[in-house]
Amino acid sequence: MEEKYFGHSVERKEGRGKVTGRAQYVDDLAFPDMIHGVTVRSSIARGRILGIRYGEGIPWNEFAIVTAKDIPGTNEISLILHDQPCLASEFINHPEEPVVLLAHPDKYLLEEARRAVHIDIEPLPAVFTIEDSLAKRTIIWGEDNVLKAYHVDKGDVDGAWATADVIVEGEYRTGAQEQLYIENQGMIAVANPADGVTVWGSLQCPYYVHKALVPIFGLPAEKIRVIQAETGGGFGGKEEYPSMIAAHAALLAWKSGKRVKIVYDRAEDMVATTKRHPSRTRHRTGVTRDGKLVAMDIDLVIDGGAYATLSAVVLSRATIHSAGPYVCPNVRIRSQAVATNAPPHGAFRGFGAPQSIFAVERHLDQVARAVNLAPEELRRRNFLHRDQTTATGQIIHEDVNFDGLLDRAFKESDYHAKRERFAKENPGATVKRGIGFSTFMHGAGFTGSGEVYLASVVELEATAEGCVRVLAASTEIGQGANTIFSQIAADALGISYDRIEVAQPDTGAVPNSGPTVASRTSMVVGNLVEKAALDLKKTLVESGLLCDACTEDEFVRACKRYIETRGPLRTRSQYEPPPGLHWDDTTYSGDAYGTYAWAVYVAEVAVDTLTYEARVTDFIAVQEIGKVIHPVLAAGQIEGGVAQAIGMALYENVAWREGRMANGQMTNYIMPTAADIPPIRVFFEEQPYPFGPHGAKGIGELPMDGPAPSILNAIENATGVCLREIPATPEVLMEAMAGKAGALV
Amino acid sequence: MSETVAKINIACIVNGARQRVQAYPMARLLDILREEMHLTGTKEGCGEGECGACAVLLNGAIVNSCLVPAIEADGSEIRTIEGVASGDQLSAVQSAFLECGGAQCGICTPGMVIAAMALLARHPHPGDAEIREGLAGNLCRCTGYQKIFASVVRACKTSGEKLAGTR
Repeated sequence: MEEKYFGHSVERKEGRGKVTGRAQYVDDLAFPDMIHGVTVRSSIARGRILGIRYGEGIPWNEFAIVTAKDIPGTNEISLILHDQPCLASEFINHPEEPVVLLAHPDKYLLEEARRAVHIDIEPLPAVFTIEDSLAKRTIIWGEDNVLKAYHVDKGDVDGAWATADVIVEGEYRTGAQEQLYIENQGMIAVANPADGVTVWGSLQCPYYVHKALVPIFGLPAEKIRVIQAETGGGFGGKEEYPSMIAAHAALLAWKSGKRVKIVYDRAEDMVATTKRHPSRTRHRTGVTRDGKLVAMDIDLVIDGGAYATLSAVVLSRATIHSAGPYVCPNVRIRSQAVATNAPPHGAFRGFGAPQSIFAVERHLDQVARAVNLAPEELRRRNFLHRDQTTATGQIIHEDVNFDGLLDRAFKESDYHAKRERFAKENPGATVKRGIGFSTFMHGAGFTGSGEVYLASVVELEATAEGCVRVLAASTEIGQGANTIFSQIAADALGISYDRIEVAQPDTGAVPNSGPTVASRTSMVVGNLVEKAALDLKKTLVESGLLCDACTEDEFVRACKRYIETRGPLRTRSQYEPPPGLHWDDTTYSGDAYGTYAWAVYVAEVAVDTLTYEARVTDFIAVQEIGKVIHPVLAAGQIEGGVAQAIGMALYENVAWREGRMANGQMTNYIMPTAADIPPIRVFFEEQPYPFGPHGAKGIGELPMDGPAPSILNAIENATGVCLREIPATPEVLMEAMAGKAGALV
Repeated sequence: MSETVAKINIACIVNGARQRVQAYPMARLLDILREEMHLTGTKEGCGEGECGACAVLLNGAIVNSCLVPAIEADGSEIRTIEGVASGDQLSAVQSAFLECGGAQCGICTPGMVIAAMALLARHPHPGDAEIREGLAGNLCRCTGYQKIFASVVRACKTSGEKLAGTR
């Protein structure tokens, strides 16, 4: 098939709407009968609800008021487990727990009313840290505070310590991180017993919201409809939480009989919605004197917050990525997600992998030093290659050329010369320079048997005018899904890009192509688009209306003729796993992912020893991602992910106070600005993946993984200070540098 | 606020058209634009002047409309994102954002386009440092800013070409 669009940077489908301000996000939608809704939340982290008081001076009879007892069906936000209520009725498990919902036409009065609701709570002992949760003195979830645990065992770690010349231990921590999409979350709902429930909103996964609304209203699935509005960024933050807001807006609509809009302001969005799971990882690594890894013992814990939500799957990805892209014959990973009385932590680009890759890539620099090897030399001696096995026992069947990626990254960054120059210039300098790197991989698509369970479906429909519509629940959230689907379909059909339309994701009109997560949309769903497109063309050819090598006019005429004579022209494709993939959930072993993207990132930093401020001054991102579908979009994904990860590494600090985010404002939760981000130089190596469209792999999450360890490795190179936690704010650096003389080898 | 203060008349010119609305004097210009004038291209990101998604030009100067009280808008001339293109003809900055990948999710884009226009009005040929500083009041979470910088550079080039063409 001719690649007229694949590999080319065509204009993004919804680009004009976005640059002119015409794109309609949920807060831009208004309806004449619409009223506004707000959420009244708990004031403390854990307790028993004694009662709700409605203060004086508010005309309460004008308000729609919803509490748990107004829920027509089951009081739960259905996800993997069913432990999270839609509205707390008896117990409070985190300080932002929703308890009461209010709706009124006047936004200002609504805010006054929200403040006039008092929820009386008898406090119960609460748990706020991983350590307190693991100590199990106070049990806040299940029988032991453990939301999920995994064991991975490869070889014989206990037997291997004797063969190690050196054993290196280290503990690494990562903090919570706010997704900070610039569009706050919001939903509009209409709901009544006759017509059912319809919601419009800012979301990544229409069918997740759909699944959550069914039990809450106790309605048949076809009575629930979820429609995505233009969505101003997601990054995982709009994966599971939109179900909560959709349910709340719909309950208020059900009670009031009116259309209800709930749009969070920035403060509410920051404190109440999900964040990246904080983590603690302990490594114990055995290595021979010549730098061969002989044993990796990894103990990983993530903080899941008050309810299970997605922690089990975040932990899964964190676990599988925790041993890095290395061959080690003996690996033991013990991982747990534990509960605390904070709002549930959730999906955020990378989904656990950035946490565990931070730990292993920081740790390997320590291992290298312990055996007097350069960090790159240690890694070269242990890189995973074709036909070797990962920690889960997956045999890699593709060529993996980490040496080549490393060579290119070092050449583009001038690594060796800079390392030498900085070593000469740093002594006596106030601003110390350093350069560091990380080598890593990211699994594309759902983990283990996830894609098989999802069994995603895509449909294509031709119109009598010769346009083709892609019907999928995959959402455009800025990454370019609409554009990529259109490129793939246009090439498969041999027609122009402008003839492809991507339908608005609407559970009433599109099949379930799965959630827009896990770097799966281009690779997995894109492949389904291609299959359905090839099938559509085949249908026309087999009907005798079209020859294989047709012109666009012939295609248009054939569509018209087909629809006139035979009815609708619609094709459907469903996911089938690549042959030979096997995953065992009980032993946590096998083919964790169909494929991986592989990468080497290099960061250059300048550390001011007077202000303790570290800045990234140059960044090189080299990755092998299969074939590049759209060079501008692909580079945009990498650059955006790197910037977000620079924030994670240096700036973005969630200050916790008894389970509550104390700095829920952009004023004091600092994300990188245009002045903070260095040049990010992106390089792609392309090796076609046979089961992705035209050989493409997933890339969305990859760039979140490598920057933080690269940056901290560079800070160590600059200052000699071994930091083991992020964000490395000036406070953290100051403390570490002040204690340097005594604390460091 | 609603009980103690009366609404006042606000008259201004928005995107070249005369507008007259009644509003509380301390109402946010952002809300006047979005709710009274239905100009929803201007976005609210943070409501505290940090993110720049609500940027508009007020008498030619860039402001965060979430921080501007309505009373300040009386008698002013305002330009929002809706007034940047001429019909279907995109401005040089808008075209450049489209070509260079300066817009991803699009929510910061209206403010970013306004900021780029304000920057180019001050510095027709900005250097790297001027671009960074000129856009530092507008947060973008998608792009890592690289493609936005490229968009500004492209816009200078194309508007320069257009100017040359008219001479």
